Amino acid sequence: MSASASPNSKRPFWTIARRDAAAGYIFIAPQLLGTIIFVLIPLGLVFYYSLHEWNVLANTFTFVGDANYQLLLRDPNLPQVLWASAVFSAGLVVLNMSLALLLAVLMDQKLKGIVVFRTLFFSPVVVSLVAWTIVWSFLLQVNGGINGLLSMIGVEGPNWLRQPGTAMISVVVVQVFKNVGLNMILFLAALQGAPKELYEAARVDGAPAFKQFRRITLPMISPTILLTSIITIVGSLQVFAQIAILTKGGPGVSTTVLVYYLYQQAFQFNFFGYGSTLSILLFLIVAVLTFIQWQMRKRIVFYEN
Amino acid sequence: MKTDLSPRMKVALYGLLCVLLVPFVFPTWWMITSSVKPISDIFAFPPDIWPRRFDWTTYQKVFELQPFARQYWNSAYIAAIVTVGTMIISSMAGYAFARIKFPFSNAIFMIVLLGLLIPSEVTIVPLFQMFLSWGMINTHWPLILVPIFGAPSVFATFVMRQFFISLPGELEEAARVDGLGRFKIFWTIALPLAKPALGAVAIFTFLHSWNLYLEPIVFISSTNMFTLPQALTQFTDAYGGAMWNIQLAAATMTAIPVLIVFIVAQKQFVEGLAHTGLKG
Repeated sequence: MSASASPNSKRPFWTIARRDAAAGYIFIAPQLLGTIIFVLIPLGLVFYYSLHEWNVLANTFTFVGDANYQLLLRDPNLPQVLWASAVFSAGLVVLNMSLALLLAVLMDQKLKGIVVFRTLFFSPVVVSLVAWTIVWSFLLQVNGGINGLLSMIGVEGPNWLRQPGTAMISVVVVQVFKNVGLNMILFLAALQGAPKELYEAARVDGAPAFKQFRRITLPMISPTILLTSIITIVGSLQVFAQIAILTKGGPGVSTTVLVYYLYQQAFQFNFFGYGSTLSILLFLIVAVLTFIQWQMRKRIVFYEN
Repeated sequence: MKTDLSPRMKVALYGLLCVLLVPFVFPTWWMITSSVKPISDIFAFPPDIWPRRFDWTTYQKVFELQPFARQYWNSAYIAAIVTVGTMIISSMAGYAFARIKFPFSNAIFMIVLLGLLIPSEVTIVPLFQMFLSWGMINTHWPLILVPIFGAPSVFATFVMRQFFISLPGELEEAARVDGLGRFKIFWTIALPLAKPALGAVAIFTFLHSWNLYLEPIVFISSTNMFTLPQALTQFTDAYGGAMWNIQLAAATMTAIPVLIVFIVAQKQFVEGLAHTGLKG
């Protein structure tokens, strides 16, 4: 270093820029190390495991190449599992987004006591997930509260959780009411952030309420719609507790979504290699969906700050 | 959209809101009231919206059938540690990514953001093996370490970064002229201003930890170590049938404290969540 001595070398080593850099690295170190140890290394390992057959009981761990992936393609359950995941996600996103938007618009009205309504619509978000799911599984029993209420108006309700036609709908509905309050609040914040002048102008022009909604409100809150839809879709792929408590994936495999199937294969049947292959599949689906939605941002999102 | 509504419109809106409320409020009401009904009444027909007879012994049985107080403590202390830990780590990292210029910061941010793409469900098998080899299965370490460092904290870091980016630079500049170092600036200037974002992160993190279900049932096997969500599903009779009133009493005890905190701090809660930078 001394060989290249220049007038600059008289300056102290700890310049502001270097101090800043050091502080920056110290500040991010825990998060970076944590991400490497608890996210990136496990992701590498899950791929490595997926190339092996792993019998925990016999304590064998053998390299099998793409055998698990071949198995994946031939797995008779997999089409139904993917279908169940797709139905669950699509149903959840559509119901959640439209209900959240409706509630947000209603919460945006000038009404006395609207804060009380806001609180009540939001309250399921803070009721613990398993508690919420347990009470719904109680309500959805064949002789439970829902059918009790239905029979009071002379309707005989089905055995909601045990029939292929109603089990998936039930799981989606339970999940929608649990979390729609969160999206409602995010939409409401976006609605209240929309400039009032636009509405004034539209009103002066005599634009009807529906047109105002379509032409002003929707474009203004489209970034929020996009972000919440990403979060909701990715979240819907992670659903586990609801399935485990409400239907255990049944009847048949009609409500066995990917994470539940993965859990069964790895931790109930001890197929860690195949479970890892299913994990890779889940990862790819999440990655592709996020990428598609990120690309869509450019087309759909009208307004971005 | 905020026009003054005609009285007739108002009545119609109140009516609509009340109907819409039913599926949001009724389950919680049903959970609480059923938890104090004798078992013979909980499937009564027609259903009793208000209990006819009260049986408070269900609440006693919750503690007799399982070490429920211990499980309550497990959930509470794990959620507390995870919340504080996430707040520390995500505010530091978020601040650095937003306001400190250092080599490779964007590249490192991209690496960290990968954590958001990879839900912990994807990595649950290797995480199980890692914690197994570290002798941490059936301890609370996985439930503490994975949330503090995994996808949830990456989300928190992202929220904190968005918040710190929006802070005006003048405050920091003034502090730097006064000769304050980065740590001092972070601690005395940036962090106090970040209270709304930190509040949002705390709420998200606490609820996430409190609700965790897959991880506990994978990592924890002994009743004493159970967390609440895991414990709730264990109130079953000898044939595996649910003991509904006891299960609902336990569920009520899990739900009510958070619900009370929420109702008391409702304003901060909702504004904190609306403030997470998700506005775009």
